[in-house]
Amino acid sequence: MKTDITSHAEAAEAFNKKESYVNWHDETLWFVRKKRDRVVHQIPEWEALREKASATKHYVLSHMDELLEEFEKNAIRNGIQVHWAVDGDEHNRIIEEILNRHGIRQMVKSKSMLTEECHLNPYLASRGIDVIDSDLGERVVQLRQEPPSHIVMPAIHLKKKDIGDLFHIHLGTEAGAEDPKYLTEAARQHLRETFLTRRASLTGVNFAIASTGGFMVCTNEGNADMGAHLADVHIACMGMEKLIPTFNDLSVFLRLLARSATGQPITTYSSYFEKPRKGQEMHLVIVDNGRSTQLGRADFRNSLKCIRCGACMNTCPVYRRSGGHSYHNAVAGPIGSILAPNVDMRKNADLPFASTLCGSCSNVCPVKIDIHDQLYKWRQVLAKEGFVPKPKAIGMKAMSVLFAQPRFYQWAGSVGRVVMRTFPGAINNGLNPWYKQRDMPEAPKESFREWYIRNRQK
Amino acid sequence: MKVGLFIPCYVDQFYPQVGVATLELLEKYGCTVGFPLNQTCCGQPMANSGFEHMAQSCNELFTDNFEGYDYIVCPSGSCTLHIKDHLHSGKKEDSAKHIKSRIYELVEFLTDVLKVDNLNASFPHRVGMHQSCHGQRGLHLSQMSELNAPWFSKPHHLLEKVKGLELVELDRKDECCGFGGTFCVSEEAVSVKMGKDRVADHEQHNVEYITGGDMSCLMHMAGILNRKGSKVKVIHIAEILNHSGI
Repeated sequence: MKTDITSHAEAAEAFNKKESYVNWHDETLWFVRKKRDRVVHQIPEWEALREKASATKHYVLSHMDELLEEFEKNAIRNGIQVHWAVDGDEHNRIIEEILNRHGIRQMVKSKSMLTEECHLNPYLASRGIDVIDSDLGERVVQLRQEPPSHIVMPAIHLKKKDIGDLFHIHLGTEAGAEDPKYLTEAARQHLRETFLTRRASLTGVNFAIASTGGFMVCTNEGNADMGAHLADVHIACMGMEKLIPTFNDLSVFLRLLARSATGQPITTYSSYFEKPRKGQEMHLVIVDNGRSTQLGRADFRNSLKCIRCGACMNTCPVYRRSGGHSYHNAVAGPIGSILAPNVDMRKNADLPFASTLCGSCSNVCPVKIDIHDQLYKWRQVLAKEGFVPKPKAIGMKAMSVLFAQPRFYQWAGSVGRVVMRTFPGAINNGLNPWYKQRDMPEAPKESFREWYIRNRQK
Repeated sequence: MKVGLFIPCYVDQFYPQVGVATLELLEKYGCTVGFPLNQTCCGQPMANSGFEHMAQSCNELFTDNFEGYDYIVCPSGSCTLHIKDHLHSGKKEDSAKHIKSRIYELVEFLTDVLKVDNLNASFPHRVGMHQSCHGQRGLHLSQMSELNAPWFSKPHHLLEKVKGLELVELDRKDECCGFGGTFCVSEEAVSVKMGKDRVADHEQHNVEYITGGDMSCLMHMAGILNRKGSKVKVIHIAEILNHSGI
């Protein structure tokens, strides 16, 4: 796993080295955004659904303690073994212990961004336990030894040729093969063996239903189902914010999730797990890992409404042109940028600045998280806590002094314009990041203020 | 009607003609316009960079400058939105509140307050309209493509009344241009790429001019157009609406 952190801006610059690739990446995600728009416009009550989902999640966040207890009580009654993890380490240890108890050294795992967040795979690998990701995209990035670049489409940064080359090395497909059908079939055969031989299967949780103690897992490939149905031990992992109060709430959330994510009416498999089948063990690990802290931050608690659809990434003009890896966090894009500083401000101080604050994210969000407002608010927190680079802080201080004194501003403006006209090289040089790929505006002889005094104040 | 003209600092310094067009338009529609000579900046560059706490002297200055007007009008959606969302005064909070409720971006002032229906303007050119994000998603000058809601656009409403003006439909009608304030230098690579893509959408539709309500977006796109020697020009919407033509 790559662990060295480069800032979003540096990673984005590297991503932009090959413009044709950036164009392809942008178009690919924009295509998904357009698909989302098309299906959304077929639902007249779409905006009401968003409002309803947001209100339901608001209720969940305000009643988290009661709902978690209700959920646990019902899950235990159903025969599910419930575990609580305060952080990623405890989550990983709980899973290791379950596997050790059964003497299991190999596990199949469907998509779970939580396990990415907790770095479960490297943890288990270091203890000699082999995890195979069964979601096709996840499997691809696992073979490449890199993290997913998108929460719904983990390998969206790769082209068909990249997959062909990868499968040639790892699955023995023909060199240079790019046919998606052929490559998918190879992956299918490879995973089939895994499904049949693994005794433990880990899945994520999309929605945990407090009133029933059951949970919903949504996939397009059926890989969560196949894993869970064939294994003796089913371990499901969830962040505590995955709760919804009742089964009926699914009628809102399932309509929103896939439409927002990929423009499908619903995920191909929306499977409800309530109790272990005879002879099977079912475990549920409920993880905090900073969520309580975020719940306590009045300005940022709404970020916990997220249902991980990825719509904010697909619409984000910055994400589309910088790629998921540039965010150096399990969850990339706008939502990742408001979640990550909660966990580690120093490491993630750059992320809330990786945005133009255009606001498109907040308006595609199916649970109406005020993402771009939270990005703005995180910037204020990070600056106050001293996590903004010194030169920027000094520049801002200078600017605030300049703009506080009208005569200083007027003088600096006229001097600046004279310099720009007389010695353009003083501004148009390599030290000016604007000038690298853009021309500066021409400096006029007269400011508007000067014109106004000359023409309106005689 | 006493209108205080708020001209953003970079427009004051680099685009005086936009200030002139705004002033002349407002006068044309019978407003008594004053331009407080001590105005500087709305404070957005500091605030968007995380230093809202350093913008307080800007806030006080702004409040002093504009407290006496019935309306405050500005040819920028972004600066207008900033004042609307963030203006506070330690000394005169009532004045600050008055300003926040009475500040308008130029286009919305023309359509919503002055209810302009007849424009004596002519601009016989093929034009692409760049809707700034803060104007659109912040001030709701036009409907957002993300929402399932009826489409409208206040700038389009006015541009359609300009004689000879041919407005093109863009492939991505409300994609951000990538200016983003200090983002344009701190995330230079992505900012430029976004700008190039935005400009390309207009160029593919053979526009002669790109217009918009925010000179900052246009300055960014002009920087890219000029660098590659494009013939496409940028022009602020105030200049078009004030253009009497031939």
